[in-house]
Amino acid sequence: MSAVESAGVVLGNEEQADLPVAHPSRPRRGPRSIAGRVLGTIVGLALLTFMVGPLLWLALRAFSQSWHYPDLLPSQWTLHWWRSVFADQTLGHSIRLSFEFAPIVTVASAVICLPAAYAFSRYRFPGRRVLLVSLFATNAFPKIGLYISMAGLFYSLHLMATFIGVVIVQMIGTIVFMTWIPSAAFSAVPRSLEEAARDVGAGPLRVFMRVTFPLAAPGILVAMILSFLASFDESQGTFLVGVPNYVTMPTEMYSLVLNYPEQAAAVFSILLALPSVVLMTLARKHIMGGRLAEGFQLR
Amino acid sequence: MSAVTPTGLQIDRVSKELGGRTVVSDLELEVRAGELTCLLGPSGCGKTTTLRMIGGFLNADRGRILIDGADVSGLSPDRRPTAMVFQNYALWPHMTVYKNVAFGLKLRKLSKREIQERVEHILELVGLTHHVHSYPARISGGEQQRVALARALVLEPKVLLLDEPLSNLDAKLRVRVREEIREIQQRIGITTVFVTHDQDEALSISDRVAVMSGGKVEQYADARGLYREPATAFVAGFVGAMNFYPGTVVSGGVEIEGGVVVPCDDLSTTESGEWDIAVRPEDVTVSVEGDGAVADVVREVPRGHYKELVLRAGPNEIRAFVGPELPTGEHVRVAFARALLYRDGALHRTRSPALT
Repeated sequence: MSAVESAGVVLGNEEQADLPVAHPSRPRRGPRSIAGRVLGTIVGLALLTFMVGPLLWLALRAFSQSWHYPDLLPSQWTLHWWRSVFADQTLGHSIRLSFEFAPIVTVASAVICLPAAYAFSRYRFPGRRVLLVSLFATNAFPKIGLYISMAGLFYSLHLMATFIGVVIVQMIGTIVFMTWIPSAAFSAVPRSLEEAARDVGAGPLRVFMRVTFPLAAPGILVAMILSFLASFDESQGTFLVGVPNYVTMPTEMYSLVLNYPEQAAAVFSILLALPSVVLMTLARKHIMGGRLAEGFQLR
Repeated sequence: MSAVTPTGLQIDRVSKELGGRTVVSDLELEVRAGELTCLLGPSGCGKTTTLRMIGGFLNADRGRILIDGADVSGLSPDRRPTAMVFQNYALWPHMTVYKNVAFGLKLRKLSKREIQERVEHILELVGLTHHVHSYPARISGGEQQRVALARALVLEPKVLLLDEPLSNLDAKLRVRVREEIREIQQRIGITTVFVTHDQDEALSISDRVAVMSGGKVEQYADARGLYREPATAFVAGFVGAMNFYPGTVVSGGVEIEGGVVVPCDDLSTTESGEWDIAVRPEDVTVSVEGDGAVADVVREVPRGHYKELVLRAGPNEIRAFVGPELPTGEHVRVAFARALLYRDGALHRTRSPALT
């Protein structure tokens, strides 16, 4: 509801700013101001409907036995779909797989990208900007094309349908987060803080562990959350490389939509969305703090 | 220069190039044990680069840096017996005041008890006992400054380095904190190098001031010597206010542009030829009647306990500091009580160079 209120307030303020200020001390309650508020509320509600509406429908669907037009609510409620999804061998396996891949991909990209992020932030080397920008190139055109050519390469390297193959293809989507955001986080640590630590007797490694890393940690955390979600939600590449041995939750959605009742798909969607909601709520403070935006500035 | 047992800090013909530009060239400087030396100069003169080379954050291209006779040139900052107070204090924001000060001691693997004793002692010295467990962001700029000082002093370094430590404080606080720093420095008798571009600051707290320009020391002297006998025209212009005139020495005075002859008794030579004549505004004698060159009063600026007169004699502008009681009309007479003569930027001396 706060989104609706704030939208209304913003519109109301703009309205007032345009008017000649007759009595600046007295709050205006003219007809145009009220119209602005009403309009703001309507826009806010519409936005809310479009954003929350589908999710609401999905949630209701997951608990419904039968739901027919024009009923506003399902006529019969059930937990049957939840039970059947958790009981289903294939689906249960894919849930477990997803929760295996996501942390592994996150940690692996952290291990690979954090040193790179530090180097991008602290050293000026030839080709630095080109390399930094080229990380974005993987996201610049439809990924499916990239995946197809990767598949060709993976066949010859015998990486198709292997665990490591899936990890690699998922990391395509995570390296850009894991490099840019921590790089900005490292850059935000003033060099004099590191120098001061050297000055009182700390060696380079200790300076990193005790000063640089703790101060950059919030940015790194945001990057790890985004990587986790990117890996968790990745379907195209995983589908192409992992099938038939490694079918994760989003990949399973393809067959789910075709082969299962739509209520089962709804249950599955909610399960898929759950980590995003939980992690985003936890990370809200940092993401709101502008660290995400900060991460994508070219310096 | 070369004492039998050298103590304090010696900088021995040090040079440094940065980005293709020679920032410090063949710099020589000696700071005696327990002495506070200011490096004073305009921005880009190499004073901060010099300080960073002493601290080990930059390595000299040539030359040596000795502390108590030992060459430290090749050592990294963590191995040098120096401690730096940074311009922006560089306190670690994720540590409390106590932890900031204790960090260096912890690295030295001292016992918890000893760390606590030393930290408490040093925080008492800088007057911060009430902020032991505050975070740096929660205390004022002046207090942050003192934490930075405490963090450097607690390690009992042989040389204390201060990089424009007062530039982030407002004017009133700056004067108070600089007196505190001087007081603490004298109490523990630590060899100190203080970088500043503020001449007032340099003159008021140091034992000696090294005025730098273009990567070299122009003059290294105490405050009085620097002010009374600036060795070069640069120092004369940089430290304090100064009138400069190209001119010649004539009998009983100097002749400056437009054929204006100003009487002056205190000249070091009667040698002919072109000189750069430098006169402090307080050495300009202004009278309503009597001897002297005729000058017009262009402007009068009250300065509290004195007033500044801007005069014009022919094409020359003369600034003079006079007592507030001097009645001034449109025309006055001007003489120089004391003038310094420079040729090719160097001071002409007859007397033995005092206090250099």
